[in-house]
Amino acid sequence: MSQPFRLNKEGLINRNKKISFTFNGKKLFGYEGDTIASALIANGIHLVGRSFKYHRPRGFFGAGVEEPNAKLQVEFNGHSEPNVNATEMELVEGLSATSQNCWPSVNFDVGAINNFLKMFFPAGFYYKTFMWPKSFWYKIYEPFIRKAAGLGVASIEKDKERYEHKFEYCDLLVTGSGPSGLASAYAAAKNGAKVILAEDKPRFGGTLLTDDVSIDNLSGKDWAEKIITELKSMPNVTVKNRSQVFGYYDHNMLVMFERVSDHLETKSKFTPRQRLWYIRAKETILSTGSIERPIVFGNNDTPGIFLSAAAKEYMKVYGVLVGKKPLIFTNNDSAYETALEFKKNNVEPIILDTREEHSSELIDEAKAKGIDIRFSHGVIVANGYKKVKSAKIGKLNKDKNSFEKIETIECDCICVSGFWTPSVHLASQSGNKLKYEEKIDAFIPDKKKQHETSVGAANGSFTLEESLKHGFENGSNLSAKITETKTEISIPNVNEKKYGAHDKFWCMPLPKNENPKRFVDFQNDVSVSDIEIALREGYRSIEHVKRYTTLGMATDQGRTSNLNGLQLVSNIENKIVPEVGHTTFRPPFTPITIGTIVGREVGMEYMPTRKTPMHEWHEKNNAVFVDAGAWKRPRYYKQGSETLFEASKREAKNVRENVGICDVTTLGKIDIKGPDAAEFLNRVYTNAWMKLPVGKARYGLMLREDGIVMDDGTTTRISENHYHMTTTTAQAANVLSHLEYYLQIVWPELNVNVVSTTEQWAGAAIAGPKSREMLSKLYPDLDVSNEALPFMGYKEAEFFGVPSRIFRISFSGELAYEINVKSDHGMFMWEKMMEVGKEFGNQPYGTEALSTLRIEMGHVAGPELDGRTIPSDVSLNGLVSKKKDFIGKNSLGREAFNVESRQKIVGLIPIDRKSSIPEGSHIVQDQNAKLPNPKLGHVSSSCWSVENNNPFSLAIMKDGKNMIGKKFFAVSPLKNKSIEVEVISSHYVDPEGKRVRS
Amino acid sequence: MLYIKCPYCGLRAQKEFSYGGDATVKRPNINEEVSSENWDNFVYMRKSPRGKHIELWQHIAGCRQWIKVQRDTATHEIFQTAKVTEEIR
Repeated sequence: MSQPFRLNKEGLINRNKKISFTFNGKKLFGYEGDTIASALIANGIHLVGRSFKYHRPRGFFGAGVEEPNAKLQVEFNGHSEPNVNATEMELVEGLSATSQNCWPSVNFDVGAINNFLKMFFPAGFYYKTFMWPKSFWYKIYEPFIRKAAGLGVASIEKDKERYEHKFEYCDLLVTGSGPSGLASAYAAAKNGAKVILAEDKPRFGGTLLTDDVSIDNLSGKDWAEKIITELKSMPNVTVKNRSQVFGYYDHNMLVMFERVSDHLETKSKFTPRQRLWYIRAKETILSTGSIERPIVFGNNDTPGIFLSAAAKEYMKVYGVLVGKKPLIFTNNDSAYETALEFKKNNVEPIILDTREEHSSELIDEAKAKGIDIRFSHGVIVANGYKKVKSAKIGKLNKDKNSFEKIETIECDCICVSGFWTPSVHLASQSGNKLKYEEKIDAFIPDKKKQHETSVGAANGSFTLEESLKHGFENGSNLSAKITETKTEISIPNVNEKKYGAHDKFWCMPLPKNENPKRFVDFQNDVSVSDIEIALREGYRSIEHVKRYTTLGMATDQGRTSNLNGLQLVSNIENKIVPEVGHTTFRPPFTPITIGTIVGREVGMEYMPTRKTPMHEWHEKNNAVFVDAGAWKRPRYYKQGSETLFEASKREAKNVRENVGICDVTTLGKIDIKGPDAAEFLNRVYTNAWMKLPVGKARYGLMLREDGIVMDDGTTTRISENHYHMTTTTAQAANVLSHLEYYLQIVWPELNVNVVSTTEQWAGAAIAGPKSREMLSKLYPDLDVSNEALPFMGYKEAEFFGVPSRIFRISFSGELAYEINVKSDHGMFMWEKMMEVGKEFGNQPYGTEALSTLRIEMGHVAGPELDGRTIPSDVSLNGLVSKKKDFIGKNSLGREAFNVESRQKIVGLIPIDRKSSIPEGSHIVQDQNAKLPNPKLGHVSSSCWSVENNNPFSLAIMKDGKNMIGKKFFAVSPLKNKSIEVEVISSHYVDPEGKRVRS
Repeated sequence: MLYIKCPYCGLRAQKEFSYGGDATVKRPNINEEVSSENWDNFVYMRKSPRGKHIELWQHIAGCRQWIKVQRDTATHEIFQTAKVTEEIR
């Protein structure tokens, strides 16, 4: 159980708390505060995965978001997650991690054969290989590629965790808690600004945790702690760790991903796992720091090769040695700090510096401590397959294009540093055009595009003194503009080591007669030769090179590879880097879980559920519900073992024979008031509205300006200047917006107001030949005779003591009424109706029976008014006034709308009177015709006619009215059915409409 | 996500609004003869400029007022918002 690579004292982990976990089935332990990576390295485990294309053994390379290799399948808290970054995920008790992209195991991976076939896997391999023969694609190539593609395995279990979204507003958002971020946040907080400080890692402080510096005589770490403690105590500051700001969107909207509880052993029931923050910031400080980039050399992907700063972080933060015989390969001074840290822990490093012998504060210190430094030296190739065993090194000549004095030295790790790349992702996402900074061979933000201000290393300033100064100044100035308060802060004294100049050298030349892979991008196995091939093949644009070679793609987004890739392209092209340009930086900066994006909008919370006031009654009476937009409507009321078909037939038949009631609360209702209401309706509807008397309803049809039917419904004149409009359930919101548009923009001179009252009224339809008898029992004091309350009549009366509205309107085609009461009285009304209706054989009916009733009557609804039909297509041209103007009228004159063979609504019955015609079937002349079979129309609505006891459908058919009496086929490839049908009138039942007037 | 200043309610998230197209299109007057060409221009023909565009939005999850927004279609920059009765220049 000992950890051979754990230091005795160093680190910020909690050594009092051991945490056990497994890796590829092996039981191990680490400490609280470890990442999976640091715990594995402490245990001497480096081989954690296989590379994407060649299945080469891979180990850890970084210590944070920059990690390209160590992506694991991790199981914890009962769920399994693929592609987890081992360098970021904190260790929790019982966690189980396994390697990805290897079979049967990471130690023996069959796919590694690809490594030995690598001459067959050049850049663009897939594009070149799987082109022919075409017939191989579905059965051979695609399954093969699918199997080889991707890394981990997504869980198919339902995610039981809770995720949240949060919306926040602030004066200043600071992204990153390194020295410049802390300084900015502190200065802004002192000015009274509302500040959010976000840190991706569990610990605040950034490089202050690992650099050997002091601020105001405190160590970097202690100073960071002091500032954070003070910030946390201020009411105007929100400080968040484990929170990655991953996207910079329009109008200064930033999105942050917070890992709330993945690191917790126990949590309360309502604690979310992760939280997505939408932050609207007035100003943004981007203090995202920089990422070290590697130097490219032969077999530079062998496990045991690290970024030099990562090696230092493992020692300083986790108390872990990445190796005991380190080789440090650098072109700059920062790696000397890693060497000194090794030395401090009694490990003897060897430094290979590509620069010629010279002097600087750090070099002198290393020399003084007796560290072996070899100038003008570099690693040619790393030896070892599953772990570095030795390195072939050589002395570079003056031009650095060849080497001499080649020797092999033993080592168990190589720490490489090719200088620093500012993390400009967020700045670039904000729209900032980046500029190339010669001094550091990297891109930095240019002129502000939104309200982003980059400070510190993210802006290319690599000294502590400068970072702090920029942080304090910008934090203070930006917030002072908002709060109009400026608190003077003295910039603290800084003690740091001075770095000498770095070397632009980034790639070792190949040794003679050897051709080891030199990787630029580890995650996608893109080597120097792949990029060379792409350029030889004529790819020039960096975006094309990226797509062809996959350089800089996938989960790490090329954080360690992009600049070296650009260097290579510019070298070959003989251009300078800024001419080549960079690829686009897109959010998210790091992968985030789908659960976080979804948040609470899942399952029942996916959208609001609208229930009518009678919903509970429906539930208790075995209603089977159907979604109508957000509404739940009873589709049918199940009795015993009835099927949908049987139940809807029973319900519809009962309406035709006795009486039924239907919950019609969901219909859109709009209250229209004002002296110009009649004029307004007259313009909105196609038919005449100026003469509708008070107490009467009228059916109306409204068009869009292009002449297509928008919606239909009845509108009732309640009083002189007061109308009650109904719309279909689906179109309610659109119709309201439509009316508001005309009132606010087109005809503001009309004195009319509209407001939705859908939810204010509960509605029930009473339909059937016995409905009048039933109504007279519901309103014993009211004259409900055909004379007193005729078809399209309206009355207001008390319904057992509550106010109600009675409309004599019908959708079913039967004698029918609709009663509206205030929503609170809905249940009372419904229960009273059920009680009183008993003696008339009343039964509730659902939307399926409702459809049956309207279809066999030939009444159109959504399937016919499908956004493609004009009034004459659906036999409603009788409602189109020739005398007045209305919305869409001018469009009805269009030539295409008036050709003789224009589509029309018809009815269809199957010749055998038995086969149901599937909705959506195509109507064709010859069912066996060669494809594409000319389509004459489509079946819009189908039902089982309860009146005639056979199937009946409505269809929209070319030249429909002239087809009546002819026979066709209704074919449904989807249902694999072809039914011979006869075209008849769309009014199958009561074509004269006698019943509604009876 | 855009941040739109409703002239009635102040700065609100785009989520609260719905888009309504070109605000400079004028519907021909009611009861007025209109040529087919003018009618087609009103119903169908729209410019799709890169750059400044005056457009309608409705604050559907707020005050339900239709408003005018002058926005850059390429950068999403919003220069001005106004009530529909006001002019944007």
